[in-house]
Amino acid sequence: MKHTSIFFLYVAQYMKTRLTYRVDMLMEIMSDLLFQAVNLIFILVVFGHTNMLSGWSKDEIIFIYGFFLVPFAIFGAFFNIWDFNERYIVKGEMDRILTRPVHSLFQIILERMELESLFGVLTGIAVMIYAGSRLDLGLSWYDPIVFLFMVLGGAFVYAGIFILLASISFWSDSRTSIMPMMYNIGNYGRYPVDIYNKVIRFVLTWILPFAFVGVYPSAYFLGREEWYGYAFLTPVMGAVFFGFAIFMWNIGVTKYRGAGN
Amino acid sequence: MGKYLEMIRVRFLMMLAYRTNYYSGILIYSINIGAYYFLWNAIYGGKGEIEGLSVIQMTTYVAVAWMARAFYFNNIDREIAQEIKEGKVAVEFIRPYHYLLMKTMQGLGEGIFRLSFFSIPGMVIVSLVFPIEFSAAFSTWVFFMIAIILSFIVNTQINLLTGVMTFFFFNNDGLIRAKRVVIDLFSGLLLPISFYPGWAQNVMDFLPFQAISYIPSMIFTEGFTGSAVWEAILFQLVWAVILILPIQALWVIAKKRLIVQGG
Repeated sequence: MKHTSIFFLYVAQYMKTRLTYRVDMLMEIMSDLLFQAVNLIFILVVFGHTNMLSGWSKDEIIFIYGFFLVPFAIFGAFFNIWDFNERYIVKGEMDRILTRPVHSLFQIILERMELESLFGVLTGIAVMIYAGSRLDLGLSWYDPIVFLFMVLGGAFVYAGIFILLASISFWSDSRTSIMPMMYNIGNYGRYPVDIYNKVIRFVLTWILPFAFVGVYPSAYFLGREEWYGYAFLTPVMGAVFFGFAIFMWNIGVTKYRGAGN
Repeated sequence: MGKYLEMIRVRFLMMLAYRTNYYSGILIYSINIGAYYFLWNAIYGGKGEIEGLSVIQMTTYVAVAWMARAFYFNNIDREIAQEIKEGKVAVEFIRPYHYLLMKTMQGLGEGIFRLSFFSIPGMVIVSLVFPIEFSAAFSTWVFFMIAIILSFIVNTQINLLTGVMTFFFFNNDGLIRAKRVVIDLFSGLLLPISFYPGWAQNVMDFLPFQAISYIPSMIFTEGFTGSAVWEAILFQLVWAVILILPIQALWVIAKKRLIVQGG
């Protein structure tokens, strides 16, 4: 209960600060949309020259991309703590966080949220509806529930990886560019894993499981039965990675020494 | 002239001090190149060539496009926006140089640094991992050098233009981000312009963006030969000259209506 009310207080505060520069916020949403459009245009242009991508059709690839946008938007809105090291460790802001009686990670998530990213959920669903209707995909009564679990699983996979990376800064506060690298690796998950070689496929499935954010869960909705096993693993992977990340974070916090003055 | 050369040198040395950050950058670019390598291989499937480019030429195209990006890419739009927001630009106005030219020189210093410590070693590493073809013709290399210098100029001019817009919008992070996305798509970094449908190519012929990435990459992969090379370089040159006009115009107007928000 306490956490919920804190959450909404932060949201209200956030809206106030964002609405100060309305034009800029609008531009930011527009540039997000533009960014999503660029990836779609890429897919469309590419399929102007080929019909199949390792056995996947154009609409299937578009569907996968649409699905990917949804968990990615949730991740971007709440778990986008790529500047954690610089902002909280190097500048000593973590001291302030630790003096307050709420879990440290929860506070940081609230401080760093970017709610305008949630727009991506709408774009993603729109893209999926477009691709889905062209593919004549049927929808059962339980599909929305499955969808919810898949999306949360995907978002937690992303969140888990980034929280794990952020936790590294508790042990080593030197600047690294692992975070931007992860964004780029994350892009691998937008396309069917069968186009990559075995090593990359293994990494994307078990080590940096970005495939669970795009291809695997989408395979369920696309009725690709050969991938069902992986598809249903999505929520499990999300829970395991997120749980492990929180566990490492909690250990890390005890190692925090403070760098401030 | 001497002072501008000095600015290039100072920025170069500044970058040199933080060079360790760049080794991981090479890895990031390699990951990107890798992703597109697999994607393009799947796209080609069994096809020998698409739009006159073979798979190997395409891989080379992707690799050289990313590595050239390290040279022409800079954040001077962000820097200008920052200096306007902080009010520092007021001091820059009274200094004995042209502010925009000074920013260009800093960008060049950064570009030269990245070319020597990022692009060249990066290209060597990438060529060990992926099948890439280098041209043996001396003229290709000369044309490529000219083309990337012009692509630096055009890209920097567009950055200056977005940066100077801050005078009118006060906070234009959104515009800067939008510009970056547009350039990634329409410059030919992600897709060669020749892959687009005909009408889109016609539109892009009237826009400066392909001067940034498509032209140097096509010259490098020898997708352009003969008179096409000359036409491409002429295209870049014309845009480099045309873009001076709006920049200068905006700059003159901006100076008149400068509002310093603190500082």
